[in-house]
Amino acid sequence: MELLSGADMLVRSLQDEGVEYIYGYPGGSALHIYDAIFRQDKVKHILVRHEQAAAHMADGYARASGKPGVVLVTSGPGATNTVTGIATAYMDSIPMVVLCGQVMSHLIGEDAFQETDMIGVSRPVVKHSFSVKHPSEIPAVIKKAFYIASTGRPGPVVVDIPKDMTAPTDRFEYEYPKKVKIRSYNPVVRGHTGQIKKAVEMMLKAKRPILYAGGGVILGKAASQFTELAKKLGFPVTSSLMGIGAYPQTDKQSIGWLGMHGSYEANMTMHHSDLIVCIGARFDDRATNNTSKFCPTAKIIHVDIDPASISKTVRADVPIVGPVDSVLNEMLELLAQAKTSPNTDALADWWKQINDWRASHSVLYTAEEDRPIKPQQAVEAMWRVTGGDAYVVTDVGRHQMFAAQYYKFDKPNRWITSGGLGTMGFGFPAAMGIKLNYPDNDVALVTGEGSFQMMMQELSTCSQFGIPVKIINLNNQSLGMVRQWQDLNYQERHSQSCMQSLPDFKMLIESYGHVALKVEKIEDLEPTLEKAFAMKDKLVFVDVMVDPKEHVYPMQIPQGSMRDMLLSKTERT
Amino acid sequence: MRHIISILMENEAGALSRVVGLFSQRNFNIESLNVAPTEDPTLSRLTLTTIGSDQVIEQITKQLNKLVDVVKLVDLTEGVHVERELMLVKVKAVGAQRAEVKRTTDIFRGQIVDVTNTMYTVQMVGDNEKLDAFIQALGVNGILEVVRTGVSGISRGEKVLSL
Ligand SMILES: Cc1ncc(C[n+]2csc(CCOP(=O)(O)OP(=O)(O)O)c2C)c(N)n1
Ligand SMILES: [Mg+2]
Repeated sequence: MELLSGADMLVRSLQDEGVEYIYGYPGGSALHIYDAIFRQDKVKHILVRHEQAAAHMADGYARASGKPGVVLVTSGPGATNTVTGIATAYMDSIPMVVLCGQVMSHLIGEDAFQETDMIGVSRPVVKHSFSVKHPSEIPAVIKKAFYIASTGRPGPVVVDIPKDMTAPTDRFEYEYPKKVKIRSYNPVVRGHTGQIKKAVEMMLKAKRPILYAGGGVILGKAASQFTELAKKLGFPVTSSLMGIGAYPQTDKQSIGWLGMHGSYEANMTMHHSDLIVCIGARFDDRATNNTSKFCPTAKIIHVDIDPASISKTVRADVPIVGPVDSVLNEMLELLAQAKTSPNTDALADWWKQINDWRASHSVLYTAEEDRPIKPQQAVEAMWRVTGGDAYVVTDVGRHQMFAAQYYKFDKPNRWITSGGLGTMGFGFPAAMGIKLNYPDNDVALVTGEGSFQMMMQELSTCSQFGIPVKIINLNNQSLGMVRQWQDLNYQERHSQSCMQSLPDFKMLIESYGHVALKVEKIEDLEPTLEKAFAMKDKLVFVDVMVDPKEHVYPMQIPQGSMRDMLLSKTERT
Repeated sequence: MRHIISILMENEAGALSRVVGLFSQRNFNIESLNVAPTEDPTLSRLTLTTIGSDQVIEQITKQLNKLVDVVKLVDLTEGVHVERELMLVKVKAVGAQRAEVKRTTDIFRGQIVDVTNTMYTVQMVGDNEKLDAFIQALGVNGILEVVRTGVSGISRGEKVLSL
């Protein structure tokens, strides 16, 4: 067997895991590892400009591909800089492996230079973490890290590696384990058949049912089964913000996503339903509004791989713990064998009601001539220009909600957003991670001037590695979402939500060798976007000057039920 | 309601901090906690008592089960079980107090495990309530120091918590 140093074993393990790109930043404790990276060419390293970006890049790749993203950083500040990125991945159950250098084992606890207890710092935001105690255990630890990150309910795993574990002089036999078994970690492989039967019976009897997909459908690679189930049943289909793309949004059964800024018809349908079939969503507070007023007439079937997500915020009547794909397959089989079919008469009435809701509030903004571009128009134009087929990545704020509302997604893994943590700065690096791995696809970042400035140093990374993402900056010269809350709840006292001294984006972008375009008039909008997306090999930043006053609606009224919504500045349900 | 949750977990660095961290992170409360390795040195047994509604306890056990280091757990209060806690109490014992403390200790079936001219150290084993009652019987004035291990427990009958 080959004798390898810990550093070489680490890199070989990544090769054997099939890792193509890792995202990182070097420093003292990681230098042996960086040397091992230099001496091979299978695993390619992308040098970011801030470690948080490395984590978001890995995260973006993971969201688009379903495979764990890999981050490599040094100890201390390198490691702590990834924490926001790890927390972002954790909240959305994204598989990620974060390799952190650490000071030499004998220095741990002595407040050595660049020492941080990264296992402790990251503990509340990781699925699990490992600290390497001996170089020879590196292959097994890496195998376990990937296994834990990507199975069950996925999540980030931190591996802390003291510098002496990777010393070039200490060599050990290398063999990458073929299998892992962790006695204390056994994710469920299928749902309870009795419960699944009961669920199917309820679906066949329901009069006002709704199918509700969460991010779990996408993470569980079950969008096709979910879509098949929806078609078989003929039910209305909604999703959480994270579940966008689980079902084709241009199909007539799709009623849009629900929650705080969800569609009017989705929130109304949910509220009045008699059966909610929830697959892989976790009923978080942005989706349910006040749980005590949540859907008073509905029974709830809740399928999730994580038992702790079931009955956490709203009580499930039929809990089913299992991987969504296998549970959906079983449901489809049972439906195929069923003697009865869905209640078509009741469903026809239900659809009539839903279509009335849909018709009554289908347009929620008004474009006026000679007025600033509405942000919604920009997203709609982008949808047309990209044929609805781009990877759309967002930051956090109003632009994020407009992107979710006005781009129509027909495929899973195309809508990429920080839903759980709501991390401004996530978008740009995440988009880079996707573009790098999917060079032939359109990758569009929809951002705001606030969010973009949190990670704009990565323009430099894009120049170095040639990453031609398209950036649509919905420039409202303010922290729009904050401003909206201040308009509504603080009598328009805009405390610290206006961005003075914005950079000249054109000069800024061009200084890195990229292309910058600016749009101020509606008639220039679509042609400019056409032009931007036609420049396949260029990073293009399109600064779209949008109406700073435009609010996002609908907006659920805090503490209300699903149907309590503001529909405009003056109108409510 | 008060619950006793008994956990079999990997005897590894960091495992305990994950359990304890979970409680503060999720706003669950811990009344008492103890932990020690088992007959199998790769495993530790952790027992904790907590108070919460059924829904909270359900979340606690589900979240604990999710921790990769947790092998198995049981809520002992769901079935019949034996519950014990050990307490050491240093009590002032001079003059008439000496006989009084000795008598009270006997009544509670405790033992005096250390003596000086002015004090006794009493060892007491029992459930929570018995230990509380003993402290009350002694009266706070005489007590110099109290150490309690926190509750340990095991289910009655054939049922075992093992690999
Ligand atoms: C890191 C971080 N800090 C603060 C917030 C709170 N926050 C949410 S939206 C928002 C404003 C975002 O401004 P911008 O990126 O310009 O988007 P807009 O709402 O204007 O479209 C802020 C400050 C956040 N989500 N993330
Ligand atoms: Mg803005």
